[in-house]
Formats: sequence, structure tokens, C-alpha cells
Amino acid sequence: MYRIILRCAMLAAVALASFALPAFANEYQAGAIKISRPWTRLPPAAAKVAGGYMTLTNTGTVPDRLIGGTVVTAARFEIHEMSVNDGVMRMRQLDRGLEIKPGETVVLKPGAFHVMFLDLSAPLETGKKVKGTLVFEKSGTVEVEYKVEAAGATSSGQHSHGAPAAGSHSGAGSHANH
Amino acid sequence: MQTTNLLRTIRLTAWIAVAVCLTGAGIYFITARAPDIQRVIGGAAGIGGPFQLTAHTGQPVTERDLAGKPYAIFFGFTRCPDVCPTTLLDMTSRLEELQGDADKLRILFVSIDPERDSPEFLADYMKSFDKRITALTGTTAQVASIAKAYRVIYEKVPGGGRDYTMNHTATVYLFDAKGGFVSTIAYQENEKNQRAKLRRLIRLAG
Ligand SMILES: [Cu+2]
Repeated sequence: MYRIILRCAMLAAVALASFALPAFANEYQAGAIKISRPWTRLPPAAAKVAGGYMTLTNTGTVPDRLIGGTVVTAARFEIHEMSVNDGVMRMRQLDRGLEIKPGETVVLKPGAFHVMFLDLSAPLETGKKVKGTLVFEKSGTVEVEYKVEAAGATSSGQHSHGAPAAGSHSGAGSHANH
Repeated sequence: MQTTNLLRTIRLTAWIAVAVCLTGAGIYFITARAPDIQRVIGGAAGIGGPFQLTAHTGQPVTERDLAGKPYAIFFGFTRCPDVCPTTLLDMTSRLEELQGDADKLRILFVSIDPERDSPEFLADYMKSFDKRITALTGTTAQVASIAKAYRVIYEKVPGGGRDYTMNHTATVYLFDAKGGFVSTIAYQENEKNQRAKLRRLIRLAG
């Protein structure tokens, strides 16, 4: 009898875990566009802006564009291109959005393409997630959650197969959180 | 009339070409030469110079306040999502590593967006970084003046509506205790190099 209860409990745990997995994997689908691991990082105190990062893959047969989005903690959202050449940092808003060709994967990351959260209205908290949306020209709008990584993180430490170990930021880049 | 205009254009183009060549040669000379020659050239050719700015503490700061200690100086703005916070975090880590030697140099962050970066705002922003880093701002003219002295490029880029962002030089410039240019730390230069360059700067000050 005991064993049966134990086995039931284990099954229940597995069932619960499998329910939780998609959320931990942090992947989203908008039409033909797959969105992996949207993340942001703790900006300096009082900062008005924060960068948003993610990996976008077009699994369809026609080009699409990321043309906008929102995040609950910021009044405005823009899509930016950034580069550092000859020692000069250049950043500009992509008026027509960011194109993702069929079969192409575009990585939004620090120092490169990114979305920008402007006029932050509430402080971000490391380890938490913030709700938002992404808008694609053809694939429409999708709700996403941006994971907040530590200040200076260069990638999101979240592993898609990782156990739900809260507070694990193994990939949080070379910078400590000060 | 047409020919005079044409001549003028040709003459202007020639002068611009000469200026571009000289600048290029100058940059090559400064970056490609041995470190000790860099110092002499830096001092003589004059990267750096007088300035008047206000620190995030509200204190006025001029080049005279920098005398006696080597310093690292870089330029940016608080609405920068990547380069500026990264450099500030890098410098925070380097100061921690230097431990007791951290007091032997100064670290300065100059805002090239003085319209939005007031001393009060910078005071809040700098709470995220090492207390020994000084953030500086000023009037538009004061900032233009120091940027010119340090040969820093910066420009407004129109964004959505009346908003704008800034392009700017992302390099950290290193100076000796007499204000002579020593070398630079490039954006994303590895931590080992950063450490070595700051340690060398302290050694030079002896
Ligand atoms: Cu940006």
C-alpha cells in the first residue's frame, strides 16, 4: 500500500515537472518565429534603459520582421542595432524593424542587435522575470517573459534542460553582480 | 564663375585629404610606437588638456584636480545599454583587484549627454559602481570642450519622437600623473590586459 502511494506521488511529481518544463525552457512561438530565452540584465541604479536579448529563428518560408514589443516595466520599446568599430560605439533604432529570413537565426545580444526598454518605470530584480510582448510583421504578437540576469551578464544562464534550480546563474558572464 | 567654384572645391578636397592623412599618420604614430615614446608624444601632441566639469558629488573638477596621480578616463552616457555600464563594471572589478593600490590612480567617467546626465542623476547612477569612480558632467559647451581636448567622438542620433541616443568613443584613455597620455584600453579588451595596463600606470607614477 505504502509503495503504491509512493509511486503515485512520484508519478504526480513527474507530471508536475513536465508541466513546468515549457516554462523553464523559456521558448515561445509566434507563427513561424521561434523565440528562445528572452532575457535582460540588471541595469545600474536609476538607469532609464535596459537592453533586451533573445534568439529568433524563422522556421517558415517567408521573411518576417520583429517590428515592436512591450515590457511591463518600461514605457517604450525600440529595436536597435549596435556596433563598436574603430573604438566608437554606434547605436541606432531600426525603423523598419529587424528582418529574420526563412531558415535564419538572429541572435540579439549585448554589443549587437538588441531591443531596448526605455523609460524604465520600475526597478528590475535579478533572477525574476518580467512580462512583455513581441510583435512580428507577419507572425503577429506573442507574450513572452524576459529573465533578469545579473548586472554585466553577457548571456542568459538559463539552460533549456536545466532542473528548476532557482537562483542558478551559471552562465551569467564574467562579471560579478556588485 | 563655374571654374572658380570648381577650383575652390578641388582646393578644399585637397586640404581635407591632407587633414585626413595627417590625422591618420598621427593616430598610427601614437598607437604603433613604443610606450615610452607614446608618453612623450601624448604630452607634446596633447591628448588631454584643461577642462571644467562637475562631479556627481556636486564638486567642481578641473584638470588641476587630477595632478599627482595617474588616471583612466572614458566617455559615455547613462542611457547606454551596454558599453558604459560594462566599462564601469570592469573598472569596479579592477579597483577591487588593486586593493590597497586602488588609491594610487583615479577613474573618471565623463558624460557626453549633459542634457540628461545631471550631477544629481549621476549620483544615483554611480551607486551601482565603485565609490572611487568619479562621474563628470557639465554644460554642453564644457563637455564639447573636454571631448575636443581628448579627441573623443560623440554625436546625437535621433530616435523615436523627440528622443535621441548617442554614438561615442568607447575607449578608456590612460594618463600619467603629469597628464601625459600613456595608452588605451579598448572596449572589451580582456581582463588580464586591463589589469596589466592599470598596474603599469601605477608603476610609472612610481
Ligand atoms: Cu540600444
